[in-house]
Amino acid sequence: MTQQMLRSLASALAVGASLIATQGLAKSDITIAMQLEPPHLDPTSAAAQAIDSVVYTNIFEGLTRFKGDGSVVPGLAESWEISDDGKEYTFRLHDGVTFHDGSVMDAEDVKFSLDRALGEDSANAQKALFAGIESVEIVDPLTVKVTLSEPNGNFLFNMAWGDAVIVSPDSIDDIKTNPVGTGAFTFGEWVQGDSITLNRNPDYWGDQPALESATFKFISDPTAAFAAMMAEDIDAFDNFPAPENLPQFEADPRFQVLVGSTEGETILSTNNKQPPFDDIRVREAVAHAIDRQAIIDGAMFGYGTPIGTHFAPHNPAYVDLTGNSAYDPEKAKTLLAEAGFADGFETTLHLPPPSYARRGGEIVAAQLADVGINAEIINVEWAQWLESVFKGKDFGLTIVSHTEPMDIGIYARPDYYFQYDSLDFQAVMDTLNSTTDPEERAKLLGEAQRLIAEDYVNGYLFQLAKLGVAKAGVQGLWKNAPTAAIDLTEISWSE
Amino acid sequence: MSRNLILGAALSSLVLLAALISFIWTPYDYAAMNIPDKLQPPSAQHWFGTDHFGRDMFSMIMVGARTSIAVALVAVGIGMALGVPLGLTAAARKGSWLDELIMRGNDLVFAFPSLVIAILITAVFGAGAINAIIAIGIFNIPVFARITRGAALSLWEREFILAARVAGKGATRISAEHILPNVANLLIVQGTIQFSLGILAEAGLSYVGLGAQPPTPSWGRMLADAQTMVSFAPHLALIPGGAIIVTVLGLNLLGDGLRDFLDPRIRVARA
Repeated sequence: MTQQMLRSLASALAVGASLIATQGLAKSDITIAMQLEPPHLDPTSAAAQAIDSVVYTNIFEGLTRFKGDGSVVPGLAESWEISDDGKEYTFRLHDGVTFHDGSVMDAEDVKFSLDRALGEDSANAQKALFAGIESVEIVDPLTVKVTLSEPNGNFLFNMAWGDAVIVSPDSIDDIKTNPVGTGAFTFGEWVQGDSITLNRNPDYWGDQPALESATFKFISDPTAAFAAMMAEDIDAFDNFPAPENLPQFEADPRFQVLVGSTEGETILSTNNKQPPFDDIRVREAVAHAIDRQAIIDGAMFGYGTPIGTHFAPHNPAYVDLTGNSAYDPEKAKTLLAEAGFADGFETTLHLPPPSYARRGGEIVAAQLADVGINAEIINVEWAQWLESVFKGKDFGLTIVSHTEPMDIGIYARPDYYFQYDSLDFQAVMDTLNSTTDPEERAKLLGEAQRLIAEDYVNGYLFQLAKLGVAKAGVQGLWKNAPTAAIDLTEISWSE
Repeated sequence: MSRNLILGAALSSLVLLAALISFIWTPYDYAAMNIPDKLQPPSAQHWFGTDHFGRDMFSMIMVGARTSIAVALVAVGIGMALGVPLGLTAAARKGSWLDELIMRGNDLVFAFPSLVIAILITAVFGAGAINAIIAIGIFNIPVFARITRGAALSLWEREFILAARVAGKGATRISAEHILPNVANLLIVQGTIQFSLGILAEAGLSYVGLGAQPPTPSWGRMLADAQTMVSFAPHLALIPGGAIIVTVLGLNLLGDGLRDFLDPRIRVARA
């Protein structure tokens, strides 16, 4: 009791002190919470989204970059020219850009970074982004020429990914713990298990950001997240883990809620090589057994957009194929009977920790049980999921959100964990990769979406919503998440 | 009969009854989701309201009682089945290397906090009701071994045991025919207490996700699921929490009452 009183007294004092401190002076630091702690801080050697959340555009920059609305704009490259055959990209770099260690960023660093991602021993998690690069040439210190083996309409988009940022050759050895980039913020301190602090880079080549420093705090537990937000210990939560609490934040004038979209296609991933899922009728039955709206309402409290294929609904090329796998348990039963499973069958449903998976999984299991499929729920931690499901391919079903932008290309990789092997689809993706005409590309993307929907590769559930919560005075947060990032450069406090 | 005994027996049998009835009848299918009806407060239709999937809480509590009781009962059974013979053996061979081995082994298990052992076991062998039972059962063994040995040791000094020895009975027969019946009261009382601890342990394990897996309802997991919703749907946490309290309180009162009732010395003193 006394401890509680002391604590509230202390926080009252702190509030008083901060009131005095902020009088006439806008706040210049921010504490933003995120659910997962990054394993390390090198975005060019791991797929973990949490790395990009911390470092993307804050510490590291690429030739191009994403804006909050998903558009690709110039980054370290001031401008570029594309040759008529679409194979040569000549990038003109910004002058006077330095790394945080003081060294100058020039064409050599760009060549080094791209060659490193391309190399035989490259640890890059998205090697496909660089696959079409034939050579990288230094024209002069501020000009780089990238030659592609085939025209690639996505190249500028690819270069905006966090995996394609420009790194300094001197810093590579300890990039994981001491990232040195060109961004508006320098790496400050990492308190393992708690937080990472970034400080403003006074030598930044672009506009100075409004914030002097920013702290990323790691809060994985939804209950703790709610308490920390309500107690105003944190200024914002990047993607709030408990959608059920959002109405309370909306009703509270101290907070603002930013509901946007992510690139996360949440799918019931199906092991296409494991019987009985190697039978398309079984996969189709699963698709018809699922009631998407019930999952969105039950697991996400209504936040999320139903999808019928592996594509983001806010993308102009999206084709609504939800009708193709409409909720129809009777049809599912018929299909199962045709496939020889009139009495259903047993399988496993591996669920990683996020609530979309754990809660969504309970609903999916119940819906599958209605048509006779007995899916045993196995709750796993992320490390276990990566080991046994993603790498080991030892699963029947799993629920996961694929959060990379424009990642329909994973279906062209037969060794990817859900093991979809279709020559038709691979051919469409090949054509797509060498097509630059936007209209033609949209058509091909539509074709690709249709192919995987009609092959019922996976159960397509919903597009994950981005549920940002922040104090009312915070401005400039991304509402949508075109890529995993917490862009600090545009954040400021009102007043 | 003390008030404790009556109240404890009443509460315990209430829970037991709910668990037994759930085999043949629950108001709704405990696993049936009805998402449009989620998070309803208690009403005439749903006596305990509905959870975040629109499942009927009353049905879930009934079936959850079954899970709790089954896990705790089997776990106490394991503890008794292994602990009592170990305790009897140790007492019969008092001071021998066997006695030392058994009792130091017990100390080893005792040295770890019980829930930590349980978490260890379920983490290694996977989460699930069976592993939860084994985990809780293992830390019940030393409890019964110790209490049996302690009580048996004093009995071994008594004249009727001496008489049995003179009559030529071996240590095993004496343990089974004379010692065991005389420590039975004690074991029943301890069993009741351990049973309530088992219910708590099961709730704790399933709270951290290591107990019975969904869709099997479990009070501990219901509590865990309710965590983020307490502020706007308090019944989600209060009801399973209340169920745990009622059960544990009931069993503790029952254990206390039974001790008073069964212990001859107290009975004599009271008379």
